[in-house]
Amino acid sequence: MSSSTDDVARAGAPARGRSLHDRLLSWPPVVLGVAGTLLFLGVWELVPALGLVPAKYLPPPSETLGIFARNLTFVDFWLAVWDTLRGWGLGLAFAASAALVIGLVIGGSGVLRRLTHSTIEFLRPVPSVALIPLAVLLFGFDLESKLMLIVYAAFWQVLIQVLYGVADVDPVARNTARSFGLGYLARVRHVVWPTVLPYLMTGLRLGAAVALILAVTAELVIGNPGLGREIALAQSGGATAPMYALVIATGLLGVLINVVFRAVERRALSWHPSVRAEVAS
Amino acid sequence: MSETTPSPTGQPAAPGAAAPSAPTAPTAREERQEVLLSVRGVRKIYPSAAGPVEAVRDLTFDVRRGELACIVGPSGAGKTTLLKIIAGLLEPTSGQVILEGEPVSGPPRTMAVVFQEYGRSLFPWLTVRGNVELPLKNARVPAAERARRIDEALEAVGLAHAHRRYPWQLSGGMQQRVAIARAVAYEPHILLMDEPFAAVDAQTRADLEDLVRDIWHRLGVTVLFVTHDIDESVYLGERVIILSSSPTVVQEDVHIDLPDERSQLETRSTKQFADLRHHIYEQIQLAKAGIVPAQIAAGVTQKEV
Amino acid sequence: MRALRSVFYVVALPAALVALWWLLTLGSDSFWVPRPGELVSTFREVWIGPRFMDDVVPSLTRLAVGLVLAIALGILGGLAIGSSRVLRRLSEPVLEFFRAIPPPVLVPILMVLVGVNDTMKVLVIVSGAVWPVLLNTIEGVRGIDEVLSDTAKSYGIHGTSRITMLTLPAASPNFMTGIRQALSIGLILMVISEMFASSSGLGFTIVQFQRSFAVTEMWSGIVLLGLIGVLLAGIYSFVERRVLRWYHGLKEVEQSE
Repeated sequence: MSSSTDDVARAGAPARGRSLHDRLLSWPPVVLGVAGTLLFLGVWELVPALGLVPAKYLPPPSETLGIFARNLTFVDFWLAVWDTLRGWGLGLAFAASAALVIGLVIGGSGVLRRLTHSTIEFLRPVPSVALIPLAVLLFGFDLESKLMLIVYAAFWQVLIQVLYGVADVDPVARNTARSFGLGYLARVRHVVWPTVLPYLMTGLRLGAAVALILAVTAELVIGNPGLGREIALAQSGGATAPMYALVIATGLLGVLINVVFRAVERRALSWHPSVRAEVAS
Repeated sequence: MSETTPSPTGQPAAPGAAAPSAPTAPTAREERQEVLLSVRGVRKIYPSAAGPVEAVRDLTFDVRRGELACIVGPSGAGKTTLLKIIAGLLEPTSGQVILEGEPVSGPPRTMAVVFQEYGRSLFPWLTVRGNVELPLKNARVPAAERARRIDEALEAVGLAHAHRRYPWQLSGGMQQRVAIARAVAYEPHILLMDEPFAAVDAQTRADLEDLVRDIWHRLGVTVLFVTHDIDESVYLGERVIILSSSPTVVQEDVHIDLPDERSQLETRSTKQFADLRHHIYEQIQLAKAGIVPAQIAAGVTQKEV
Repeated sequence: MRALRSVFYVVALPAALVALWWLLTLGSDSFWVPRPGELVSTFREVWIGPRFMDDVVPSLTRLAVGLVLAIALGILGGLAIGSSRVLRRLSEPVLEFFRAIPPPVLVPILMVLVGVNDTMKVLVIVSGAVWPVLLNTIEGVRGIDEVLSDTAKSYGIHGTSRITMLTLPAASPNFMTGIRQALSIGLILMVISEMFASSSGLGFTIVQFQRSFAVTEMWSGIVLLGLIGVLLAGIYSFVERRVLRWYHGLKEVEQSE
């Protein structure tokens, strides 16, 4: 609509109009990701340096990351990581096995499904942190109190996905298997299991993230050994920079768990032909 | 290539043998009319990992006000690229599109587009009525005027009963009718249609083709209809612009002198229809083989005789 | 008859569980598990009274403010980042990291940064609940159908109209999923921030009961938190059914094909 109506101006327009946005777009995504991360670290470094927030409360990344790197050489740090991961892994394994068995049993029967629906929908949104006082009364600082919270939270994530999975089993395949005289266990193994597996993997990924949250919560609030307790101790001792370093460690642990479980899930999905979107609601 | 070409009329197909009806001079009616849309030397080069790809080389043609012109070409002829450039959705590498004297530099207010993917061009969260209404709301058309236009447009496409339904509750053909109604209610001067019926079944397609001609007659709107279907282009158009394969130029510009009253059964079984169809088919085969008539005068409705 | 059957299916198991609970605690005088009647009367005594205004209402207000802020920030940020491929690529690693941080560790950080007060508790909820909304909105905006986007452009729908007429509704299934996750994270964080650093509120009160071995009162608190969770889930699904009616219809049609 402007004055550049002649062909020459028009032809020149794309080159001239190549905005910063377009130029950045031609960079490899990895470079942009690294640039974004550096940008974030730069801002974080500047905020305390300019005095916007006192360094006492927000130590710069140069200090925090240094402590994080040093932590990696300390046995105590790795022991805390191990404590957190142990609770996480045991809790997740227990929740997933229970959810899988119960899900297969309930999902396999229409009557059971309908009977349990209201109870499941009622118990599922109950926040597992509500159980903290009970867990403390029952188990104190022992691993069990942590496990109780993790299992309760992760159980529903897996159960719901397994139920979706069983509901997704092709009724024709189920009836065919039955007409060939396959027993209950054989049917589960050859008909139900292949359909449920990808759903189970999705449930595991969601459950793994929730389990980590609850593991850290238990350590933070109840005081079970692990990264969460170290954070609480650092905070109450006024060791701000070590506290940030530990938070970074939990974040990286979360990223690691996400990446691993997403990879596992993708493999399970590629093996299963029905690629489906994550089931909402 | 052309020797093996099956000829619908039974004659052996020979390259360059013009069908008798194709090269006729533009009628007086057409000459009277002003140029509405002018495509001038449009060229489009996409950057790609394997170096630049030339999708459209040099396209020049005019569409007059009130005309129903079809663009056909082999698949990969850059038809969609061309349409997006005309619609102002894509910037040409060089050349320009002029609509009613103004160079197109963004989607023009006087243009409406009907896309091939009806299922993806309708807003699934809006009802049929909501879909037709949205562009009018956006253009701040007053409510009463809006209601009148929506009612008329839905009536015209035979969907007066479906206002409250959602697009995804309708069949493919009905969904495309909604998209057409939306375009019609917008009251454009030119209607661009990008292979709108490529994804519907044959019977629905015939109905929709008649619908397009009916709307064109009734509203006097200019229609530029892109298709890969030769029969469809001959049946619908007053004129067929044949594109060559990539990189694209105008292969030939054919005047369709079929009678204005067309019917699926009769028009399609006339000798004239068959000859036109034959001629265009041949040109597309030539285009695929990469043979382009040497001199194609831009904007002229025919090749030199 | 059918209505009666569905009522049976809804009520049967919960009724059986409560009956079982009642039977098992009938003879015993267990320290750990109160009798059903006892729990109900304690619940009434503890929570329907001054505590309702002193502890429950402030907690829920903080939760509501935190959630509203998180949802607004998440959607606005998601619109901005989702609309630009460059911003998306720049921010992806940082956002992945923030999403992966277990939200409860934000409590000590915000205690240091903001101090122990209402602002901190609200900020804890915001900083934990914003990520699912933000990331899902980005995903939704990124995934807008190209044809739909071209259609909107060709009808001159741009700027704010584009956001209200195209981007927001198109991304709504995604950010609604994010909101659902935000609700449960928000509730968890409300409780934790009060358990960890507070002298009032639901979380604090429940922990006090536990420390003083007031087991029945503690159970009543657990029940109240559970009810709040169920209530939030109920409100969510009520709103979701309305907002995403088109989406569920569309999915149903797609699946039956």
